[in-house]
Amino acid sequence: MARPVLEMRSISKTFPGVRALSEVNLTVAPGEVHAVCGENGAGKSTLMKVLSGVYPHGAYQGEIYFEGEPCRFRDIRASEQRGIVIIHQELALVPHLSIAENIFLGNEHATRGFISWHRTLTHAAALIRQVGLAESPHTRIADLGVGKQQLVEIAKALAKEVRLLILDEPTAALNDEDSRKLLDLILELKAQGISCILISHKLNEIARVADAVTILRDGRTIETIAIGPEGISEERIIRGMVGRDLEHRYPERTPVIGDIAFEIEDWSVRHPIDRRRKVVDGVSLHARRGEIVGIAGLMGAGRTELAMSVFGQSYGRWTGGRVRLHGREVRTRTVPEAIGHGIAYVTEDRKQLGLHLNDDISRNISLSALGKVARRGWVDRHEEARIAESFRRTMGIKAPSVFAETGKLSGGNQQKVALSKWIFAEPEVLILDEPTRGIDVGAKAEIYSVIAELATEGKTVLVISSELPELLGLCDRIYTMAAGRITGEATRSDATQESLMRLMTVSTASTDTQV
Amino acid sequence: MAQTRTTPDTAPGTPETGRRPSAGHIVARALRGNLRQYGMLLALALIVLLFQIWTDGILLQPLNVTNLIQQNGYILILAVGMMIVIIAGHIDLSVGSLAAFVGAAAAVMMVEHRMAWPLALAVALLIGALAGAWQGFWIAYLGIPSFIVTLAGMLLFRGGTQILLQGQSIAPFPKGFQNISSGFLPAVGPSTDYHNLTLLLGLSVLAIAILQEVRGRRRAASYGLEPLPAGLFLVKLGAITAAVTAFTLLLASYHGVPIVLLILGVLLVGFGYVMRNSILGRHTYAIGGNEAAARLSGVKSKRVVFLAFVNMGVLAALAGLVFAARLNAGTPQAGINFELEAIAAAFIGGASASGGVGTVLGALTGGLVLGVLNNGMSLVGVGTDYQQVIKGLVLLAAVGFDVYNKRKAAA
Repeated sequence: MARPVLEMRSISKTFPGVRALSEVNLTVAPGEVHAVCGENGAGKSTLMKVLSGVYPHGAYQGEIYFEGEPCRFRDIRASEQRGIVIIHQELALVPHLSIAENIFLGNEHATRGFISWHRTLTHAAALIRQVGLAESPHTRIADLGVGKQQLVEIAKALAKEVRLLILDEPTAALNDEDSRKLLDLILELKAQGISCILISHKLNEIARVADAVTILRDGRTIETIAIGPEGISEERIIRGMVGRDLEHRYPERTPVIGDIAFEIEDWSVRHPIDRRRKVVDGVSLHARRGEIVGIAGLMGAGRTELAMSVFGQSYGRWTGGRVRLHGREVRTRTVPEAIGHGIAYVTEDRKQLGLHLNDDISRNISLSALGKVARRGWVDRHEEARIAESFRRTMGIKAPSVFAETGKLSGGNQQKVALSKWIFAEPEVLILDEPTRGIDVGAKAEIYSVIAELATEGKTVLVISSELPELLGLCDRIYTMAAGRITGEATRSDATQESLMRLMTVSTASTDTQV
Repeated sequence: MAQTRTTPDTAPGTPETGRRPSAGHIVARALRGNLRQYGMLLALALIVLLFQIWTDGILLQPLNVTNLIQQNGYILILAVGMMIVIIAGHIDLSVGSLAAFVGAAAAVMMVEHRMAWPLALAVALLIGALAGAWQGFWIAYLGIPSFIVTLAGMLLFRGGTQILLQGQSIAPFPKGFQNISSGFLPAVGPSTDYHNLTLLLGLSVLAIAILQEVRGRRRAASYGLEPLPAGLFLVKLGAITAAVTAFTLLLASYHGVPIVLLILGVLLVGFGYVMRNSILGRHTYAIGGNEAAARLSGVKSKRVVFLAFVNMGVLAALAGLVFAARLNAGTPQAGINFELEAIAAAFIGGASASGGVGTVLGALTGGLVLGVLNNGMSLVGVGTDYQQVIKGLVLLAAVGFDVYNKRKAAA
């Protein structure tokens, strides 16, 4: 084998309390398309941030060699100067500037600070042709679809004389046609000697374009498989991705499952900005009293979007569907309506959407049901503090008092505050979105007990998670989602990590998202 | 403290016995917790002290203190409303123009149409509410940035003022109306060297303040919070007693409590209580602090923002009336730059540019800092040119200090 273009040797990276990467190795051969696979949280993004200089040299352990030379990037600019360019899933284009202006943003053709439009436009036109676009360099980004925007991003990378292109879930937002074009382009660039790291959940795409695949799990390299001319089976990749240990103990519980309490029927939602995209597409599911129902899906499957849309249409544009409680159709078009019908949604994004970090614990817990501690519009702060104090004890929130600032608590304790807040609202149906994301093992176990307790009390609990062991350990029944649709349903006893992952990574071939 | 716990299960809130942290430690911690609030009160005290020395004691003479209150009353009223708007995460640039407009409308009603002044006052406040509702509608329900809507309002109401007054000042007002700004509590009772009602009022304020402190301390203990040690608590009570007594005697030795001060007192207590203890107040903080999270908690954010602007409209109207009463005329030039003074007062008094933070007391403190600076610098003969420079620097320093502290706390 020729000398590798990139070698990352025993890369380790820790965040406070979490070991995100431990001794990860990644080797990319010249002119190779190298896929990186793993569940959410396996460490893919962190590894790419180390490579591209987002985490500068010194913020991680290990060594990076690029084209044979050791690299110590201070920032993204430094890695780009060496020809390593990363294209994130969320595109970084300025919508109101033209294609040409975006391609050379931060990398302008200029003389003494003044832009040379002649050189900019001729170079842009050449790059636009190279990536297979037929647009004028003057076209505004806002007037392009996501697929074409993705191509502009690649043109931008080419302008920086890219040697190694990193694509993070490049087809997540694309339809089949655009995905195919993009994959073709990757192969074309490969023929020109540009290496590529492709992060993807779509195993059929990997099988089609990749020369090798490295699988990460829990921040470790599991294996690197060379893909020969005979190709690779998707099962082979899935086997590496899952196989995670059932590391936590889950609470013992004898489910007492009642009648159907909560139903979603044929629910569809479109993307808030790109209205052509169906983010949730005709989803139907149900959950019973006392049942814990899981929704498994990888990033971009539409799980959070479904939940937030059902909860007061807090995401996107609702285009159809019904919610039933105990068989009766209810309106949940605003959050107060949803709460009024006894639905609660605990967000995956505690810091941005869930909590008021600069407020104290007691005020956070009471916020969604302030009326319960108030009389005629006046809050009884004594009662509020008393209730918060009882939650602090029963939930085991570790804080000096209920007047401590929520932002100063650990992730696990913040999550307990968020759960307390919604338990205090006394809902019948709780939708918990990634309830244990980013919290330590001890707190996870405590939160599992709380969830089990809620079901035992007769509540209906939906748990959205991308951690399969968690779903298998906790849920009575599990739905899988991919590309905005329900792709399967299994009871706890039937499901395995492999069978679920298979359903979570099905190709989108059958689900054309175009209007 | 952590080393005193033997098991992680010990409820961290239970008051720990057997070991007392030092008094200095507790004071330092209390200060750190409410740095912005105490910091501003402390800064105000220092500024007062500085000018008291610099002006050879003129600053705190009864006449000057009364003047200070009457001169700054309308800005302080605006600052209270502005603080609430800023807490909700918005801004209002129109309050100066609106104050002028309402003052002009009141002048037209009272002078040209001979309307009874209490009726004119009520109608004027209603006009303020409607103007606030107009702006609140665009901001809350149509989602137009408050900066734009109130910038438009600034032009709109200024123009309206000129149309109403046709470029002329309208005067004079009935005596009763003038008293809003220049009147005092009536003198009653036996003749002493002091104003009797003021003494009585001061005494009741003191009694209530001490009662509140004692109750707060008892409650703190019941929540498992560490209360101030008894010695320090007595010092605090002593300081409150001294301050209230001194201020009462000061006013009582002149004409007594100005009506404006009474209005401000009612606003301070009323809005302070609403912002702390009402659902509406809570929701206002929640929206400014994190609107997305507030909405996902079921807060009706549009309604709350709308009401904040209606309230601002009413307070702008009140400020306009107080100002008109003080001038004893409705004039086209009234209220110019009032919005900037009010915004500055709110930020000096602890508001956060991103919303969600601030108190009514803070708004008044910030307004007083500006007022004392104005008054003190005028007394020692600093020109208005330099006064502006200094006020600008004070605003920058106050907010800069806060940002610096937050960054330090976060690190």
